[in-house]
Amino acid sequence: MPTRPNPLRRILLGCLLALGPTLLQAAQPTLLNVSYDPTREFYQDFNATFARNWKARTGQDVTINQSNGGSGKQARAVLDGLQADVVTLALAYDIDALAEKGHLLPADWQKRLPHNSTPCTSTVLFLVRKGNPKGIHDWPDLIKPGLQVIVPNPKTSGGARWNYLAAYGAALKQNGGDPAKAKAYITAFYHNVPVLDSGARGSTTTFIERGLGDVLVTWESEAYLALNGPMRDKFEIVVPSVSILAEPPVAVVDKVVQRRGSAALAKAYLDYLYSDEGQWLAAKHHFRPWNEKALAAAGHPFPKVKLFTVDELFGGWSKAHATHFADGALFDQISAGH
Amino acid sequence: MARKLPGFRLSLGLTMVWLGLLVLLPLAALVLKAASATPAQIWAVLCNPRVLAALRLSLLASLAAASVNLVFGTLLAWVLVRYRLPGGGLLDALVDLPFALPTAVAGIALTKIYMPDGWLGRFLPFKVAFTPVGVFVALVFIGLPFVVRTVQPVLLELPPEEEEAAACLGASRAMTLFRVVLPHLRPALCTGFALALARGMGEYGSVIFISANLPFHTEIPPLLIIARLEQYDYLGATVIACILLVISFILLFALQGLQRGSLKGAGHV
Repeated sequence: MPTRPNPLRRILLGCLLALGPTLLQAAQPTLLNVSYDPTREFYQDFNATFARNWKARTGQDVTINQSNGGSGKQARAVLDGLQADVVTLALAYDIDALAEKGHLLPADWQKRLPHNSTPCTSTVLFLVRKGNPKGIHDWPDLIKPGLQVIVPNPKTSGGARWNYLAAYGAALKQNGGDPAKAKAYITAFYHNVPVLDSGARGSTTTFIERGLGDVLVTWESEAYLALNGPMRDKFEIVVPSVSILAEPPVAVVDKVVQRRGSAALAKAYLDYLYSDEGQWLAAKHHFRPWNEKALAAAGHPFPKVKLFTVDELFGGWSKAHATHFADGALFDQISAGH
Repeated sequence: MARKLPGFRLSLGLTMVWLGLLVLLPLAALVLKAASATPAQIWAVLCNPRVLAALRLSLLASLAAASVNLVFGTLLAWVLVRYRLPGGGLLDALVDLPFALPTAVAGIALTKIYMPDGWLGRFLPFKVAFTPVGVFVALVFIGLPFVVRTVQPVLLELPPEEEEAAACLGASRAMTLFRVVLPHLRPALCTGFALALARGMGEYGSVIFISANLPFHTEIPPLLIIARLEQYDYLGATVIACILLVISFILLFALQGLQRGSLKGAGHV
């Protein structure tokens, strides 16, 4: 007995055929890396290299997706449900928030990978106009009256908190650890700031494109990015005698990789940051690698600076935040006199 | 008593669902979150001198910008409606540009022009960019289309014959303007002013570039909201947002009252 083709079944079959390629695609593993702003170029390079390496090791094609934005904003997106397998943010404070507020990973996440989960570091340097017309050589030069210092707002930018702590820490170091003198210094420092851009790239634009200010206090990687740009002849880097070791950490987001079954891939991705090749790529993009071989292979030297860490001078991020950046803390107090 | 028109229930239902989903739901979430704050917390935010300074700047700059737009927007609408200008269509389209342009682009362009050695900034005897004046300039730019676009259609409806009649009856030009034209325009002017004002209070993108974000000096409330979010202080951010909301609501309500009054005055109701 011939059966009439069931229209419902036909529709279902059609749907299945249409979905087929999508389902196949879903079988190919993907990974989402949620990162902060200045790592855009580095991770583009790194993702391609990692995907090649993963294919060679496992025979599996992998798609790495990348999201860049302000560090705090990115962390909030993950808290609100963005399915990030790994986070690579500007400061530990933002990943701490994922652990504390979202319980997305254990509180001791920073102990899981070498060097406090920081595969490469950076520091804070000065970018000045060609020929250094204002004679800027070290931190004390930045508080000369009438000088214009360009630096982003530490209240709205995670990266900018490193700049603030670099200035404050240097003042502590150069004044025998006297907090009163450091406070006077940081007050004078921000008094010389004519524009507080809300993010690090905004400050770079203000200094380079708009030609405002005498000195840009910025991350080493950002300074070199400017020097490799089209206006390279107009600027030079000044290395202060002492600065901060900026440690942008990385972590696997446990809750997400458990749900997505991507734990092994996520771990391999972060481990690869510590490999010879990952370290070399970081150095190529002017982040400081731990690996000496990669440092030598990078082909460009990193200037020698005496570096202090947040842990050693400020007792970790939570404490630094409470003392300097929270509501009514030191940064608010010194701005009150503006 | 007005009879119900057919389709009343369907229209009411659609309106409620649409407004509820788009406007009321997010606002309710905001208010609910803010409601978890204790009165002491709200009071602390309200008394924070930095928040107060930002609110004052926003309110004054928005009021000033909306007032300037009221005068020049009306003038512009008048010119566009009453005169045949070469390239009038292009001018007309230009008015909408502040709507179409991403606000950040507008902010960056304005900063470039008005900064101390910018194209215009270098000729001005006072600083515009990175001062409260810069905030005002950005808000004038953003608010322009609101007044023009609300006044324009009303002017189009207003026949020139009325003005001619007034002139024939011996009214002076000023009298014609104030006694014949403006009463017709008053409701539209109120709406345009209110829209420009409300937009100015909440504007973020175009202002942050030109304002320099200096605490107590050129900070606007939306920036303080961002700063609090950056510290995961959702509650503090929501409280500031609610304060802004309440201020905007009061302003819009007052202006609506004014508009209704002027409608009666103009003999429309």
